[in-house]
Amino acid sequence: MTKMSGAKALIESLDRQNVEVIFGIVGGATLPVYDVLCKSKIRHIHCRHEQGAAHAADGYARASGKAGVCIATSGPGATNLVTGIANAYLDSSPIIALTGQVCTTSANTSYMIGRDAFQEADIIGITTPITKHNYQLQGAAEIPKTVKTAFYIATTGRPGPVLIDIPKDTQTEVTEIEFSDKIVIRGYKPTFNPHPLQIRKAAELLAKAEKPVILAGGGVITSNASPELLQTAELLMAPVATTFMGKGAFPENHPLSLGSIGMHGNPVANKLLCETDVLLAIGTRFSDRATGNLDSFCSAAKKIHIDIDTAEIGKNIEADIPIVADAKKALNALHKRLAKQLKKKEKSAWIKRVKEAKEQLNPPSKGESKDLKPKALLQQLRKLLPEDAIITTEVGQNQMWAALYFNALKPRTFISSGGLGTMGFGFPAAIGAKVACPDRSVVDIAGDGSFRMTEQELATSVMEDIPVTVIVLNNSVLGMVAQWQRMFFKKRYTAVELGSVPDFVKLAEAYGAQGFHVESIAEFSKAVQKALKSNVTTVIDVPISSEEDVVPMVPPGCGINEQVGEY
Amino acid sequence: MENGRTKVIAALVENKPGVLHSIANMFRRRGFNIESITVGHTEQKGLARMTITVKGDERIVEQVIKQMHKLIDVVKVSGLEPENIVARELVLVKVNVPDTKTRSDVINCVEVFRGRVVDVSSGTLTLEITGTPDKIDAFLNLMKTYGIMELARTGLTALSRGSKSIRIDE
Repeated sequence: MTKMSGAKALIESLDRQNVEVIFGIVGGATLPVYDVLCKSKIRHIHCRHEQGAAHAADGYARASGKAGVCIATSGPGATNLVTGIANAYLDSSPIIALTGQVCTTSANTSYMIGRDAFQEADIIGITTPITKHNYQLQGAAEIPKTVKTAFYIATTGRPGPVLIDIPKDTQTEVTEIEFSDKIVIRGYKPTFNPHPLQIRKAAELLAKAEKPVILAGGGVITSNASPELLQTAELLMAPVATTFMGKGAFPENHPLSLGSIGMHGNPVANKLLCETDVLLAIGTRFSDRATGNLDSFCSAAKKIHIDIDTAEIGKNIEADIPIVADAKKALNALHKRLAKQLKKKEKSAWIKRVKEAKEQLNPPSKGESKDLKPKALLQQLRKLLPEDAIITTEVGQNQMWAALYFNALKPRTFISSGGLGTMGFGFPAAIGAKVACPDRSVVDIAGDGSFRMTEQELATSVMEDIPVTVIVLNNSVLGMVAQWQRMFFKKRYTAVELGSVPDFVKLAEAYGAQGFHVESIAEFSKAVQKALKSNVTTVIDVPISSEEDVVPMVPPGCGINEQVGEY
Repeated sequence: MENGRTKVIAALVENKPGVLHSIANMFRRRGFNIESITVGHTEQKGLARMTITVKGDERIVEQVIKQMHKLIDVVKVSGLEPENIVARELVLVKVNVPDTKTRSDVINCVEVFRGRVVDVSSGTLTLEITGTPDKIDAFLNLMKTYGIMELARTGLTALSRGSKSIRIDE
């Protein structure tokens, strides 16, 4: 027991969780915390908008596998975090959001919770449906236990955001503080180990399968199960498709890789998923964008569904063999069991079909393209970047082109807002990823519409010395919406024109970053190479046609085998 | 279970502020309907017990239970089999009794239903009936003929029959 203030106890507790960095913006209700934070060894990264802070914490979490921490003041500071928290929730990303709050008790009774005090917002009520859990502290003595519990909840089981709301008087209260290593949460006991009987059943089914397909979701990346996935796939000689969130779980240049499934999935993945007789799905929630119309999704297949979240089993798809477990542990057990009963499988007919489908549906590009077409740009980008470079994306066409044409080769190298589809996510997430992995290149694949939603973080990246590269695929429209208006609303374009402003080169320069405008693939390559070597953030403005569609595409309501358009 | 049958869910939850909110919020967000909900302290310190009745097919009820289980403050949750529970509801009902004949008729009904008269005024009787929802419905139907002024139902509360329980070991 030591006597200290709540603010000191908070920073000490964060330090005990090995927190190295916090993304945030200071404000009235967090002043006592900042007064201690500035003297601690934890780095504070001063963002320019709280949404940017939350996304940066998210990007940090996804790149590192550790919890990302963001902080905001009460009221508008806290509500500005909301989009970032919802984004982390839908993509199961472990972030800790700290918010200041008005006092629980105060000599000035009008500055108290429930009195509509200045900058008071019910952030607990607001974030209840978008956090894994949230806490409002009632006294400084609760801080160590609450912080420890929050990190445990955020990072274990199915990860997710946890918010801690800290009233200002709790920060200033000086009391006896005890740091204990023990935490008891009687209502939270995730199941990590798979049930042996279910593993046996799954192994039997897979051993007999003639046309097995593995579908890897974001859960495989979360649990660092890529090595186990690779050895299981190679033992079974089963092709591997990923969901959008699973991109990077399996190297997309591997002969067994089918690419990602879904509305803008690789046609090979979508096609073969409809032909499989046994589907092994791991760490996926079968989102509507991934499955298309459920009636035709893997309709002929027996389904094995591994997920750590019991509620995902049977939510969208009925599983024949459900396995509630951590993906890594389950795949390990499954591989052990399978290795006992079969040597490396020779599934010649099915593997032949996989090869055939790839040749037919993913034909190699004819010659070198000189035009600034998204496919050529992204395939060129892959060639320019090291294998371990981290890609983040914005949301919309840029994101789907990246999903289709940029091969992710390693886990945690493709970071995107899959569930919430948050425009403006990619750039601050890139900043967070760069902080987590300072020695690696980080590139945000952006559209001009999305980038503008959080471009103010250019100030953060320049002032905090966090150099990243932003590639703006600039079509001067909100491209994905324009595409839907073109395809489904008879070209009645409404509210999608962005015009030719701003000049992205000048915008970058205004913030002290560097900007390049390119007109050809050759110039693009040069600009990327310069950016990768640069120690300042670079924005590359790449003009593309506003008429360009993301195809192939599964029209809404159709099955994933009813894709239209050429790859 | 056939479509739309009522299912009883029992849960042990942390007895602290905000828990009811997070549970109600989850029901709203996921589009589940609560038919009734009752909450009270239990024999175990810091735990409250909720009895929630929901309507839906087996898949929906299973999702409700799983989604409740995900909430950190829900310590234990279980679907109770309708055949294997004792379930009771309480109703207080105020009935118009303009004359002595009506008054004695109503009192007779209350006796048949093993209820009690808990308050009397010159023109009204306030009655208390405990039982299964069916029994209470039947009683209230009967009272309608006399004129119900006001009523308050608690919603269902239930325990498993026999030695089965959802109690947690501490």
